[in-house]
This record gives sequence, structure tokens and C-alpha cells, in this order.
Amino acid sequence: MAINAAEFRVCPRTGLQFHRSAENLIKANAVAAVVALLVGGILALLVVLTRWQAVHLIDAENFYMVLTAHGLDMLAFWVIFFEIAILYFCSSTLLRSRLATPNLGWVAFALMLGGAIINNVAVFKGDSTVMFTSYVPLPANPIFYLGLILFAVGALIGCFIFLGTLVVAKAEKTYEGSIPLVTFGALTACIIAIFTIASGAIILIPTFLWSVGYIHYIDPLMYRLVWWGFGHSSQQINVSAHVAVWYAIAAIVFGAKPMSERVSRVAFTLYILFLQLASAHHLLSDPGVSTEWKVFNTSYAMYLAVLASMIHGLTVPGAIEVAQREKGFTKGLFEWIRKAPWGNPVFSGMFISLLGFGFLGGISGVMMGTEQLNMLIHNTIYVPGHFHATVVVGTTLAFMSITYFLIPTLFNREMILPGLAKWQPYLFGLGMGVFCLAMMGAGTLGVPRRHWDITFAGAALPYEFPGTAWLMLAIVGISGLVAIVGGVSYILITVGSLLWGKRLDAGAYSTQSTVLRMPSVALTGHGSAGFAAPGTFVFALVFLGAFVLYYFVNWKYLSTVWGLS
Amino acid sequence: MSAIQPPAQLVWWKQPIHKDELFWIVIAFVWCLVMFFMMPYWHVYGKQNLSSETYRVKPALFQKAAEEMVAKHTVRTETDEKVPVVHPPAGSDVFLIARLWAWWPILELEQGKTYRLHLTAMDYQHGFSLQPENINIQVLPGYEHVVTITPNRAGTYAILCNEFCGIGHHKMVSKLYVK
Repeated sequence: MAINAAEFRVCPRTGLQFHRSAENLIKANAVAAVVALLVGGILALLVVLTRWQAVHLIDAENFYMVLTAHGLDMLAFWVIFFEIAILYFCSSTLLRSRLATPNLGWVAFALMLGGAIINNVAVFKGDSTVMFTSYVPLPANPIFYLGLILFAVGALIGCFIFLGTLVVAKAEKTYEGSIPLVTFGALTACIIAIFTIASGAIILIPTFLWSVGYIHYIDPLMYRLVWWGFGHSSQQINVSAHVAVWYAIAAIVFGAKPMSERVSRVAFTLYILFLQLASAHHLLSDPGVSTEWKVFNTSYAMYLAVLASMIHGLTVPGAIEVAQREKGFTKGLFEWIRKAPWGNPVFSGMFISLLGFGFLGGISGVMMGTEQLNMLIHNTIYVPGHFHATVVVGTTLAFMSITYFLIPTLFNREMILPGLAKWQPYLFGLGMGVFCLAMMGAGTLGVPRRHWDITFAGAALPYEFPGTAWLMLAIVGISGLVAIVGGVSYILITVGSLLWGKRLDAGAYSTQSTVLRMPSVALTGHGSAGFAAPGTFVFALVFLGAFVLYYFVNWKYLSTVWGLS
Repeated sequence: MSAIQPPAQLVWWKQPIHKDELFWIVIAFVWCLVMFFMMPYWHVYGKQNLSSETYRVKPALFQKAAEEMVAKHTVRTETDEKVPVVHPPAGSDVFLIARLWAWWPILELEQGKTYRLHLTAMDYQHGFSLQPENINIQVLPGYEHVVTITPNRAGTYAILCNEFCGIGHHKMVSKLYVK
């Protein structure tokens, strides 16, 4: 190692080695993420209390503006800031390497922060109420697009710093063998992110030029196609990142080894190869694209990316089950999960994230991503019901869980309010789970998304939604509030711990960097002839049963509607 | 802490995999294939498939076609704005305009008869959402989408807009009658 300054410390509690520059950048990005979450959360409160039709808090103009900002602050800024932190952690920390070009990391951070602020300013000026999707020809202030472009450039630099760090680690031999599975998952996220950001640039730069008058016309269908290469793919970064976080938490809490490196890595590779096709999901009810194009792309070739998620759905809890059984929790099929540390928010959050992502987000996503079935829910509130299950219960809750691990090890602070932290994943995860189900229920009844008033007050020919739709929106409101209480708890705990948590021993910085050796313990029980994780296998079959049932119920529903051809 | 450490074996890809993983991969893959083939199957045997017949169109030309239809087949008008209610002959081409913030005109169709419904948007993107049937189709400016529809139940339906199209979005709602 050619580094002379005292740049490395080993966390005395976890044995993880932090490089000072990486550590500071991880902290900065994580803090920016939590600030975005805070802003987005306040906006969420306004959205929820307005869509709850009986409350109907704010007026139409403000509602649409707030909804635009909520989408951007959560889906873009909170998630991507946190993902950049994860990328630095998974490369520099997990590989025990120095971070490549840390100064450029600060440039990236400044671009992202500046972009996020500019974009928010554009929205709150009130002339960029175009929703997260900013579909042309709906016009926004040019700085709306400019903010997004700057943010994306910053994130792109972050991705290349991650890749650079992998190269540095390899060249300086900071680890033996292959990169860890979690780093592999982060690499998957990074590759998808580069594709995503490129798509974003390809569409947002011309749209920016259109907004300032240099380009005369942007085709709305072309916009939708390319924009969703950015909009949907950015959710695929989330999937890869939070699956990597699931594996990391299984390893951190249980010492779980992947059931099979090969299976898990192939599943991640399937994400790289096929997840991107999913921009087609958003064009299934569009004119202008052929049926064959829709069928092939919406299914990610032949559902090979769904296959990958189903594999992770087995191998993540499966790895936990194997680890628990090795510890002696072998009674029956389910002792391993009954005796899991349900009071530890790192674990409980991760497990609720896994269940919510699979059962709610996964099944609904495949249903609505089916070419013909999409017509039943396209642009209804079912769609946000689905993606709150994937991005909020799945990604956000997984990121919250890993935060509880990072507070003592990265920030060297004891977590405050441990009693509240114990309940936080349940409040947030279960509140959000009910919220998603109720939205899907309302969407099945036809309630539109991004809609201020389902009473259509002032319209000449209003439509009267059934009472059940009102009930569903009331449940959305109440469960949304429960989730927001959970979100507030998270922010209180994290920000409070950073400010007032007891300082913990950080370990001294030294010039020494130790090599990450392969685990010397021989793996036991792997590759056996029998079932290593029978309980998980039963869970997986229950999941499949629910999946098959729900899928065909929707085909049955489709068969009763008007003939279309 | 192994998923965050390098694999224990240098040649990890040769490690045999568990039976439960293998079974699950096979089951999941078969299910993926079933789901994939449901879509082409429904195109052959199902009765609800969205047409992909699309033309590029100038708003003024589409408007003219719609006005011709309205001139020929209007049976009455509704609301203070006197929105025409059009009863086109079965099997004919029917034009529906989406614009800020209205659907024009109101259609009156016959149960069990088939129509070629032409959809386009005059300005921004809109969403055709037929309630309570819950059929939802994206409507884009510059594109004329021709969907063949066969209403199978009589009644009064609503057409909502479910693509955000500006401040009046939630007032963009109309009727559709099936006799």
C-alpha cells in the first residue's frame, strides 16, 4: 500500500475497515438522503391527507405541485443519495480498499445536491407541476430539467468512482478471491444505474433544450419510451441495491452465508441482462408500439428478471434458515424464523421489506406488467399502490434497516430511543403494507392516480364512485398516517442519534490497511443432497400459490369486460 | 459474515447447489413460462386485446372527422355547453377527442355491436378511463389510436381522464351510453 497518511480505522464492534475519505462521503450522502426523505415525508403527509377524500386538505394547484415534489424527493433524491452511500460502502469498506478519487466524490456530491435543490426550487416556484414523469408536451421551467440533469451527472460520477474503487482494490490486492456477494449486488446496481442515467440524459437533455426553445418538438411516445428507460430502470437500481442490502443484513445479523454463490450471482446477472426491458411496462396501454414488442419486453424476455427476484426470495431467507439451523434452531420447519431476533430493527425491517416486496410489490407488478391485464389498472391508483410496495416497503425499509447498523459502526454513535427503534419497522412496514393494499383496492375500482378530487366537483357530467372506493381511500389515509409516524420515528432516531447519541470508540486511524482474507472456516452442509432450508421452501410455495391465484383472478376479471381488439 | 466477505472457495462456481434451490428454480421458471405464454394465448383465444393500429395525425384533421360524425349522427345535446350526444351506426368509425379538459363528443353505442373507436389528444397527454368497466388507455397527441370495441352491457358509463394534464385534470370527465 502506497499510502502514508493515517487513513484507515477498524471499527472495534464489527471489524469493518473504513477509509477516511470514503467514510466522510458515505456520511454526507446518507445525511443528504435522510434530508430528502424528511422533505418528501412532509409532502407525503399533505398528499395522503388530500387523497383521503373525506379530509381533502389542500387545494388542487398545491396538491399537484406537492405531489410532483413528493415523487422527485423520494423516488429520485432520497433513494439515489442513499444508493451512492451504499456503493461507496460496498466498494471501499467491504473490500478494505481506499476510495478512488475522493475529491471527485465531493464534486459528484455537490452536483447531486445542487441538482436536487434546483429541481425543488423549480417545483415550488409553481411553474413545474408536471409530476415525476414530466410527460411532454406538459411544460416545466427549464431549471426543472437542468436540476435533474445535474443530479444525474453527479450520480453517474458516483457510479464511476465505485467502479474505480473496484479496480483499485483489485490492483492493490486488498482482498483475496472474488468480490463478496453484496459487492456483486452493488455492482449490478451500478451497471443498471449507468444504463439508467444514460437513458435519462438522452431524453432530459433534449427536453431541456425544448423547454428553452432550441428544439421545436419532442414526440410524446418517444419521450415515454426513453424516459421510462430512466424512470423504470431507476427502480431496478433500487431492486438490486436493496437485495444486496438483504444479503448484507442476513450476513451481519446471522452470519449467514449465501446458500450458493453461483445461484445468487446468476440471479443478479439476470437483473443486468433483462431488468431494463421493463420500460415497456409503461407503454402497454399506449398506441404506436406493436403487440409483439409489448409482449416480449414487458415479460423481460420470458420473465427472466422475475425469475431472478423469485430466486433471491428463496435464497435470502434460505441463507438465514441455514445459519439459524447451524446455531441449533432445528425444531420443525419454522423454529429458525420464530426464534429470529424480531426485536432487532435491523432484522425485522429487512424481513418485512422482503415479504412486502415479494407478496405485495412483486405479485402486483407482474399482474400489471402483463400486456392485456395492464388495461385494467393503467394509470389508476393501483399503480402507486404497486410501487409503494416495491420502493417504500421494499427499498426504503431495507435502507432504514441498514441505517440502524450503520449508526454505531459508521457514525460511532449509540442509537437513541432503542424502544422506538424496535417498533419502527412494524409501524412503517405494516402501515405501508395496508396503504398499498388499499390503493390497489381503490385502483381495481377505477380510482385514478394523480387526481385531486374523485367527486369531480364542478364538472358538468360527474361520475359517482362506489362507497367502497371512498372506504379504500380512507384506509389509504389512515394507514398512510401510521406509516408516516413510522417514517418520523426513523428520522427522529437517526438524526437524534447523530446529534445526541453517546459517542462510541471509533478505533484509531492508522496507515495500516489489512487484506480481506477468504473465510478460513470450511463451509458445512452446503451442496448437500437434502433440503437445506425446508421452511423457506414451504414459504416459497405459499408465495407461489398466492401468485398463481391472484394472476388468474385477474384474467378472469379481464374476460368479463368489453370485447376489445 | 459471509455474504459481505469473498466466497470461501476460490472456484465457487463449481460448488454443487442445494436441492431446494434447484427445485425452486425449476418451479419458478416453469411459472415464468406459463405467464409468458398466457399473453400470446390470449391474443388467439381471448376477446380483450388492445389493438396496436395507430396513425400519425394532425389535430385539425382529426377534429374535422369528429365534426363530420357529429353533424351526421347527433341525437341530442347535454349540459349547458350543449355537448352533442352522437349515436353512430353499428360498425362505424367513431371519433373521440381528448382535450383540456373535456372529452368530445358524448357517444351513445348499442350493446353487442362493434365500433372502431378512434382516440387522440389535441394538446397534452390524456388517459381514457372507462368506468365502472375499468378499461384504461393512454391517449397521446399526434397519434390516432384505433381500438375496436364491443360493449357487452347496457348502461351509463363515465369516461375519466387518468393521465395528469394540468390544473383542470380532475374535472375532465364525460359520459358514454350503451343502449
